[in-house]
Amino acid sequence: MGIRFDKLGVVIAAITAYGAFLAPFATFRANRIVAGEPRSILEALPSPAGLVLLVILVAAGLVALFKTPLAARLGASAIALVSLALLIGNAGSYLTPEGNTFARISPASGFWLLIFAFTLLLADVLTRLQLSPVGRVAVLGIAAAAVWLLLASGQWDSLSILKEYANRADSFWNEAKRHVQLALGSLAAAVLVGIPLGILCHRVEALRAGVLNVLNIVQTIPSIALFGILIAPLGWVAANVPGASALGIRGIGAAPSFVALFLYSLLPVVANTVVGLAGVPRIANDAARGMGMTGWQRLSGVEFPLAFPVILTGIRIVLVQNIGLATIAALIGGGGFGVFVFQGVGQTAMDLVLLGAVPTVALAFAAAIILDAVVEQVATRRSTTVAA
Amino acid sequence: MKAWIPLLLRLCLLALLVAFLSNPLWFEPLLKPLTQNGAPAIYNQGSLSSLAFQHLRTVAIATAAAIVVAVALAILVTRPAGVEFLPLSRSLVNIGQTFPPVAVLALAVPAVGFGEKPTLIALFLYGLLPIFENTLTGLTTTPANVVEAARGAGMTGWQRLLKIELPLSVPVILAGIRLSVVISLATATIGSTVAAKTLGEVIIAGLQSNNLAFVLQGGLIVAALAVLIYDALSALERMAARRMGQGARNA
Repeated sequence: MGIRFDKLGVVIAAITAYGAFLAPFATFRANRIVAGEPRSILEALPSPAGLVLLVILVAAGLVALFKTPLAARLGASAIALVSLALLIGNAGSYLTPEGNTFARISPASGFWLLIFAFTLLLADVLTRLQLSPVGRVAVLGIAAAAVWLLLASGQWDSLSILKEYANRADSFWNEAKRHVQLALGSLAAAVLVGIPLGILCHRVEALRAGVLNVLNIVQTIPSIALFGILIAPLGWVAANVPGASALGIRGIGAAPSFVALFLYSLLPVVANTVVGLAGVPRIANDAARGMGMTGWQRLSGVEFPLAFPVILTGIRIVLVQNIGLATIAALIGGGGFGVFVFQGVGQTAMDLVLLGAVPTVALAFAAAIILDAVVEQVATRRSTTVAA
Repeated sequence: MKAWIPLLLRLCLLALLVAFLSNPLWFEPLLKPLTQNGAPAIYNQGSLSSLAFQHLRTVAIATAAAIVVAVALAILVTRPAGVEFLPLSRSLVNIGQTFPPVAVLALAVPAVGFGEKPTLIALFLYGLLPIFENTLTGLTTTPANVVEAARGAGMTGWQRLLKIELPLSVPVILAGIRLSVVISLATATIGSTVAAKTLGEVIIAGLQSNNLAFVLQGGLIVAALAVLIYDALSALERMAARRMGQGARNA
């Protein structure tokens, strides 16, 4: 039968070869804002470690290149990713001159390309394994635990992004809390308002087109403008409604951010509620009617449970979207991870940008995987109960 | 009679938009109450019409690139040679969408510098998913009997793709492009945080100088553009669907 190449493996092996031998592994900078100097793997790591990493990368690349069993590919991608994650920390401490607190070491394009290549391999293996929803969340949990271990062990402390973190540890967790509050709070408000509104739109046909059109138009207003437009009305409320400012309602800051995120969240929730309810089979409704169920009983006992997976899909869209949009809140003093992103852009300090962007991406990614798993779990359970 | 009303409303909106872009000073009295301490009511650090033009150009370039790549990718993974990549490409494009636009913009800056380029990259990445998903749907839901008939008529794989599968998928692909354009129009404003010349510049200037009139005019121009383009593309889509429907009936 001979040796056969894996089509995706050819791509992965090519990226690996370029990332390992041609692109810089780490960047050395004399301080946080000057231009960096590239360092290859052998320059960035003490002598045996660099060679070991190259051997691991070449071996893993070869496993990817040929048609190999899934278990081997899983092992190769995991080993490559773990050694890259461990050794970039070593590069940090090796390249930092003794006692120098200004020098910054950050991962360079080669490192990111290698991470990308082996994440691609891992993603391919996981897709082919067709994991159950619970399995996918478990993989996410393992990855999160591994990253937490690396952070807690101090292996990455000499890297630039963690030096930025060390300077801002308190405000980091404050902004993190604020970011999650904004994203989840506006989602909760949108669910509380959006589902009843969706049910109303389903029942009252005259209302449906109007409500959905207005919400559609809200979505076309660019996020930074909507955040800004809300400053005026909320400022007026704070000044003129007694007790409003005591509740924390102000023209700038978290209040307009919260309202803007809430408005963006409404469309997916309302639209999916309407679609979900419209998709309830007529037979199910007729049967419930025949059993003498009242309108409310039908809604809570038949229609809503059957529409729930679709509504949940809407909630998934909203949560991922809100986690991303909450970064904009920083522009109007609303806090969140966007604070670091915009500060970093302003100071052209990319490590500070990363300090804001990496947690945001990680949160959005985790939310997407978890909610996808929940949606799938709920949908399969519904279909089996309906079939039974 | 009633069918004319929405069209009339859109024409009014278009007229209003053109009037505002070509002669913003006419609208100054309307926006003046929103400013404080005698601040200017109309954006004065550049011409609104040229910003709108640059905004549309950025969106057009990014969308054109996204269409080429997404459609090519969807064709590749639906051919026998590329079917291996189908599940992976689906999950990759899905993962790509969880990246927040601000993060993509900010991370692209060290690689390509400030200005239009990071915005183009972010818009391109965001534009991919809807077009890819819809092209995939279009290509995989072509009626099997039509494809069989084409095969029976002796058409090669390429001929089937170009003469049967792609034309039949055009309405669905157009729907994806419409979604992608509307998302891009709004996202392009964020590009101004990394110094891209778009209408976001007006909004950000308003946020920085606490001038609500700027924020409002920037936001409303983008929203009006989005609504008009959305409607125009919907009309195009309906036209394509009608033609495809007739084509299928004649065949």
